[in-house]
Amino acid sequence: MRDGLDKISIIVWKDLLTEIRTKELFGGMFIFAVLTIITFNFAFDMTGTAKAASGAGAMWVAFNFAGFLGLGRSISLERDKGSFDGLLLCPVDRGTIFLGKFIGNLLFITLVELISVPIFAALFDLDVFQPLLLLALFLGTLGFAAVGTLLAVMAASTRSREVLLPVLMFPILLPVVIASVRATTLILTRQTNDLSAWLNLLGAYDVLFLAISYAVFDRVVEE
Amino acid sequence: MIVKGKSSWASGVGLVLGLLSAITMAIGMYLGLVYAPEDAIQGNAQRIFYIHVPMAWVAFLAFGVVFLAAIMYLWKRALIWDQIARSSAEIGLVFTTLVLVTGSFWGRPIWGTWWTWDARLTTTLLLWFIFLGYFMIRAYAGDRGRAATYSAVIGIIGFFDVPIIYLSVDWWRTLHPQAVISVTSANMPGQMVVALMVCLLAFTLFYLYLMIQKLGIERMKDQLIDYQYALSEREAEGVTTA
Repeated sequence: MRDGLDKISIIVWKDLLTEIRTKELFGGMFIFAVLTIITFNFAFDMTGTAKAASGAGAMWVAFNFAGFLGLGRSISLERDKGSFDGLLLCPVDRGTIFLGKFIGNLLFITLVELISVPIFAALFDLDVFQPLLLLALFLGTLGFAAVGTLLAVMAASTRSREVLLPVLMFPILLPVVIASVRATTLILTRQTNDLSAWLNLLGAYDVLFLAISYAVFDRVVEE
Repeated sequence: MIVKGKSSWASGVGLVLGLLSAITMAIGMYLGLVYAPEDAIQGNAQRIFYIHVPMAWVAFLAFGVVFLAAIMYLWKRALIWDQIARSSAEIGLVFTTLVLVTGSFWGRPIWGTWWTWDARLTTTLLLWFIFLGYFMIRAYAGDRGRAATYSAVIGIIGFFDVPIIYLSVDWWRTLHPQAVISVTSANMPGQMVVALMVCLLAFTLFYLYLMIQKLGIERMKDQLIDYQYALSEREAEGVTTA
C-alpha cells in the first residue's frame, strides 16, 4: 500500500516537473478558461437576478473546455515523446499508472479552477468565497478527470484525437455537468436545501467511474 | 469447409427468424392499425406507439447486449465477442435514431412541439451520441484489436452512464420548477395491450434476425482481413525468394 502510494506520487511528481520545466499546459488552460468566461459575458445576461445560474453554467463550461485542452495535451505530450511507452515498461501495476496520471490531471485542472474562480468573482460580482463551493468544484473535477484520463489515453492513440475526446466525453459527462452547475448555482445563491442531493450524485458518479476507469485501464494500454 | 457448414446453419436459423418476424410484424400492424380502438384523446396519432415502444425496447436491448459482449471481450479477448458487440451496436444506433424520429412525429401533434428536454428524451438522445462515439472511436482506432478494446470500454461506460443521465435530467427538471409537459395516462383497453405485445414480439424477432445477418457479415469482414493479411505476407515471401 505504502509502496503503491510512493509510485503514484513519483508519477505525479514527474508530470509536475515536466510542467514546471516546459510550462506548456497550465498557462494555456488558464488563459483559455478566463477567455471563455469573458466571452460568456456577451452571450448571457450576467447582470440580472439569473446571474448565479448563468454564471455557474459559464464557469463549468469554461472549466470543461479548459479541461479538454489540458487532458488532450497531457496525454499527447507523453505519446509524442515516447514517455508513455517508458511508463508502461516500468515495473509498476497499470492501475498505479492510471492513478498517477489521474491525480496529475486532477491537480492541473483544480489549480486552473482555483485561480480562475476569484477572477470570475471579481468580474461578475458573485459570492464565491464559500467552503462548500470548494467541495462542489472538487467533486465535479474528480469525475471529469477520472473519465477524462481514461478517454484521453484512448483518444491519443487514434487518428483524430482532438475531435474524438470531446465527442466521447460530452455525453458521458452530462450528469457531472448538470450536477455541478446545479450545485454551484445553489451555493452561489445560498440555497442549501437541495444541495446534498446534487453533491451525493456527484460523489456517486465519481466513485463509480473512477472504479470503472481504474479497472479497464489495464486493458486499454495493453498493446 | 467447416466455415461453410456453420454459415448454412446460421442462414437456416436466420431464414426462420426472418419469416417469423415478418409474419408477426404483419399481424402486429393489423392489430395496431385496425383491431385496436382509436385513442379517445390522441386520435390516430397514438397508433405510432405500436412501433415506437417496440423500437425503444430493441434499442435498449441492443445496448444491453453490447454491454455484456463488451465485458466478455475485455475478459476473454475472443474476436467473436467484439463481432457480437459491434453488430448489436449498429442495430442499436439505427433503432435509437428511429425512436427519436418517431417520438418527434408523435410529439408534434400531441405535445405541440417536436422536442422537450424531458428525462426520457434526453437520455435517448445521449444514448444515440454514445453509440455514435462507439463507432467514431472504432473508425479512428486504426487497428482491429484496438478498435475492439476501445469501443468495448465505451459500451461499458455508456451502459453505467445511461441510468445516471436519466436520474440527473429527471432531478434537474423536478428540482428546477418548469412547465412539465405530460400526457394524461388513460387506462389502456385490452385490444391495445394485445397489439402492443404482438408488436414487441415482432420487433424482438426482427432484432434477432438482424443480429444473425449482421453477425454473419462481420465475421466475413474479419475473415477477409485475415485472408488479405495472409495474401500480402505470401506475396512478400514470394518477392524475397524470387
